[in-house]
Amino acid sequence: MIAVLLILIPLLTGFATFFIKNERTAKAWTLFSAMITLVIAVLGLTLLKEEKYLQFSAEWLPSLNSSFSVKLDGMGQLLCLLNGIAYPLVLIATWKKSYSKAHNFFALMLLAQAGMMGVFLAMDALLFYFFWELALIPMYFICSQWGGEKRIAVTFKFFIYTFVGSLLMLVGILIVYAKTPLHSFSLDSFYHASMSAKEQQGVFWLFFAAFAIKMPVFPLHTWQPDTYEQSPTATTMILSGVMVKMGVFGLLRWLFPVMPFASFEWADFITPLALLGAVYASLIAIKQDDLKRLVAYSSIAHMGLMCAAAFAQNSSGIQGVMIQMFNHGINIIGLWIVVELIERQFGTRKISELGGLAQKAPAMAALLVIVALANIALPLTNAFPGEFLMFNGIFGSVTNYNVWFTVLAGLGVIFGAVYMLNMIRKVFYGNTNELTQKAMDIGLNEKLALGVIVIIIFWMGIYPQFLLNETMPVTDSITNKIQMVLQTYKKH
Amino acid sequence: MQNALQIVYLIPLFPLIGFLVIGLGRKNMSKPVISIIGCGTILASLVMSIWVFIQVKGGNIHVAEYFNFISVGNLHIPFAFQVDQLSALFLLIITGVGFLIHVYSTSYMKEEKPEHFGRYFSYLNLFVFSMLLLVMGANFVILFIGWEGVGLCSYLLIGYWFKNNDYNKAANKAFIMNRIGDLAFLIAIFWLINRLGTVSYSEVFSPENLAKLKGSDITIITLLLFVGAAGKSAQIPLYTWLPDAMAGPTPVSALIHAATMVTAGIYMIARSNLLYSLSAVSMNVVAIVGLATAILAATIALKQNDIKKVLAYSTVSQLGYMFLGLGVGAYSAGVFHVMTHAFFKALLFLAAGSVIHAMGGEQDIRKMGGLSKKIRITYITFLIGCIAIAGIPPFSGFFSKDAILLATYEKSPVLYGIALFGALLTAFYMFRLLFIAFTGQFRGTEDQKHHLHESPSPITIPLIILAILSIIGGLVGIPEVFMKGGDKLGEFLSPVIAPQHGHVIAASTEYMLMILSTVLVLAMVVLAWFRFRNYKSREETGLGKVLENKWYVDELYEKIIVNPLDKLAAFFNSIFEKDVIDGLVNGVGKAVNYGSRQLRLLQSGQVGSYVLLMVLSMLVLFIVQFFLRK
Repeated sequence: MIAVLLILIPLLTGFATFFIKNERTAKAWTLFSAMITLVIAVLGLTLLKEEKYLQFSAEWLPSLNSSFSVKLDGMGQLLCLLNGIAYPLVLIATWKKSYSKAHNFFALMLLAQAGMMGVFLAMDALLFYFFWELALIPMYFICSQWGGEKRIAVTFKFFIYTFVGSLLMLVGILIVYAKTPLHSFSLDSFYHASMSAKEQQGVFWLFFAAFAIKMPVFPLHTWQPDTYEQSPTATTMILSGVMVKMGVFGLLRWLFPVMPFASFEWADFITPLALLGAVYASLIAIKQDDLKRLVAYSSIAHMGLMCAAAFAQNSSGIQGVMIQMFNHGINIIGLWIVVELIERQFGTRKISELGGLAQKAPAMAALLVIVALANIALPLTNAFPGEFLMFNGIFGSVTNYNVWFTVLAGLGVIFGAVYMLNMIRKVFYGNTNELTQKAMDIGLNEKLALGVIVIIIFWMGIYPQFLLNETMPVTDSITNKIQMVLQTYKKH
Repeated sequence: MQNALQIVYLIPLFPLIGFLVIGLGRKNMSKPVISIIGCGTILASLVMSIWVFIQVKGGNIHVAEYFNFISVGNLHIPFAFQVDQLSALFLLIITGVGFLIHVYSTSYMKEEKPEHFGRYFSYLNLFVFSMLLLVMGANFVILFIGWEGVGLCSYLLIGYWFKNNDYNKAANKAFIMNRIGDLAFLIAIFWLINRLGTVSYSEVFSPENLAKLKGSDITIITLLLFVGAAGKSAQIPLYTWLPDAMAGPTPVSALIHAATMVTAGIYMIARSNLLYSLSAVSMNVVAIVGLATAILAATIALKQNDIKKVLAYSTVSQLGYMFLGLGVGAYSAGVFHVMTHAFFKALLFLAAGSVIHAMGGEQDIRKMGGLSKKIRITYITFLIGCIAIAGIPPFSGFFSKDAILLATYEKSPVLYGIALFGALLTAFYMFRLLFIAFTGQFRGTEDQKHHLHESPSPITIPLIILAILSIIGGLVGIPEVFMKGGDKLGEFLSPVIAPQHGHVIAASTEYMLMILSTVLVLAMVVLAWFRFRNYKSREETGLGKVLENKWYVDELYEKIIVNPLDKLAAFFNSIFEKDVIDGLVNGVGKAVNYGSRQLRLLQSGQVGSYVLLMVLSMLVLFIVQFFLRK
């Protein structure tokens, strides 16, 4: 029941929102819906954590052997929770922002939420593909309608990129489908698809292309900074906080267990690519003057690290990635909230035009510093355990270059400190200028949103085991599957 | 409550509470309230630490696991504390010296607005908390948490006056340089996990596990740990942040240089002494890098004119001696020097703060002179600090430095010669500083001369206490030739740090070496007296200029690391990203665009075109299904 509600509530309330012409009402309605979704997600994690509530299956396309089958497992729990937390946070933080045709905007946002929930829950490949598209389509519309000046060109790029990825994935799904013993789209039959190591090689790339574009992994990342920059900030928050996690999620659920040979074979190629991309993005982030682009490149760097750690395919790496998907989502939303605040107040996002905000807005400065420090994975903040495990995973991966991969990943972390601290220094420290002279501190809404984020940062930083326990069984099943295959592989 | 060890978690908890209370409530608190909370929490920790120390001295050690911090697969990292001889000693140093610095700060920072005053004390409390976590952790990960925590606090406090951009840059530099070392430390941890599956001290240092490790693994792990230590404890090549770190308020410098932060690296290596002793290569690297840093920093200190900069380089240099001690296997001598150094370096920095206070913020010793008559207590305590650091008996520095020098001599007379040379430099630059600042004619403005005054008691009392400790602190480690069983400290630490079994040099040689070093050091003091009692500033030339500019190491780093990286980043940003990658993407995009009219329609974002595509894809789906049908 929980699993279905998580999809249905945003979906139905989303459609209803199209008909609420009053902006305030539409906003309140959306927040109401988001809160209910959050409550349900929390219930699924706590009180109603029983198999019967977390699973649902019904006939959908029987002729194709595809069913509407959804299930909330540990990894899904975490991501649905992230999705559930993200929406109220974003809505509260951007409450004062006004949109033309607001009802359409909020309706599309909710539909995207339903889509993402479906992605995290689907236990059927066709259903997964359906929700994957459902999550993306509203975003295209939002970017093209409510985006910045260059929105049309940017949305086009965004669309083409991700759509090409989706199509390739669809082809991949159909090929695997053909190889399944019972010709079924269910996850389980996909896990038992009989594909030789050679057959996997090609199909692997069809899937990986979609996920790599979504994360994005270097060099497929250029759609992202533009899209983040041009989209309304609320949308950017969702895109970078929740939606990019679909890519990593896809790796763990639909790629490694389905095509373990190819995943293992290509790890030595993809890991350095992802890590080089992370270092590359961090270096570019150092040079950004636009706050949105800085955060965008920082996100690319973090996703690159997650991709590399996932490809380590051991329990440390995968556990790290799972909790990092959640924690990175929380942290980056926190960063966006501050960016949005600054832009709304000063009409600019240029770092060079700001300065000295800490004098005028100490609360904002303090909250941002905490979020920024979490973003560079300081111990006792939420990103540290994930990053620690991911590094440990990369270090422990089955390759001869593990030490060098770890060093490469570490370089990204050092540069991460450079751009984050430089940003803090230039925006918040130093002296005020004409523009920042009259700066105001943050309002109640943003304080509330950032306060929640800071609580999560410390909670998950001091007691990460809370999340780790949740994802342990999923991680075990993925790594067991990989181990099993690799053992037969070694025998050959 | 029979046993203090059961509630040992209170020691870091007090300052943490202090941090939270002051940090969150500082806007509604007056300065006296902030002072009381700030100092009170550290005092409480100090009392607890003394209690714990007594228990540990009685032979009790304690490991307590509180909860699972990270537990994944076979890897278990508990949040656990370990209190043994080594950590108990560090607890005393941290909370003892830390407390005096807190008290001193209440007066030193009194001009600050309440809000910033509160911010200052909350950071200070957090600093002590992190350092306590560092020495109390029962495994390398908890050590690492504290390790990064002190890095953060130094960042916050160096940039405390955040309106000044140079200070902020110094803060960033400290943090980033530390991060470089931290990365090596982390990789060492992963190496341990990979080979042993554990990071807990009790397991890593168990004989079975040590036997399990290959020689090459041990060398790599210890070298990586040492890189981490070099970052935190300011050794070549990662030392340049520490002299810049004096941008923070002076008591913060005292805290960083004496009680916390820089001693972390020494602690870590002393903690891992069983591991280090198994790798001759690493030991040699530690000794040589330490000695090289000691000499390099000492030469730079010869020509610095900022009172805090001289002290900062003297810290780098003294830390070099500690590493030298560790490297030649005299771990307890290294730790001994940490302790005495904490006393006299805190004293020197705090006395320097008193001088700066009296001079109305002036830090340039060329503009001081003749201060001895005006600020008597500061002068005398500073003098005591100088005698202690120079290693003149029977002050504390003599005993600890002697222990290190002696162990070095046993290892290699050549290294001993170089180390002794460095010790002479130390005596020379410290007394140069003393004489230029305190003797001769006053060279400041009339205004400053008029305002010269001794500091109030919250400043002078800590100075006096530290001066007493600097005098008598060495008595816990009297060389065996003077008194059988005089090395109380070594004996105390022996459960953690196995005592030396090397060949023992003849008593006559030992006496000779002591007399030699003492006579030479005194000669240096006299030399400094004749050169600097009537100091007149002049332009430096030749080598003097190179030293004044710190061998241009900062400039070198700028040229070979920072600038190239910056250029690379700029190239990536403005050329590679835009023209190569995006150019390629757009090229492909254009090709696709021309190739498919349907796709091009999508540009408009029209619903119709999307529906069309959806229908098309469904068609594909059904066609495929048609063919798949059997």
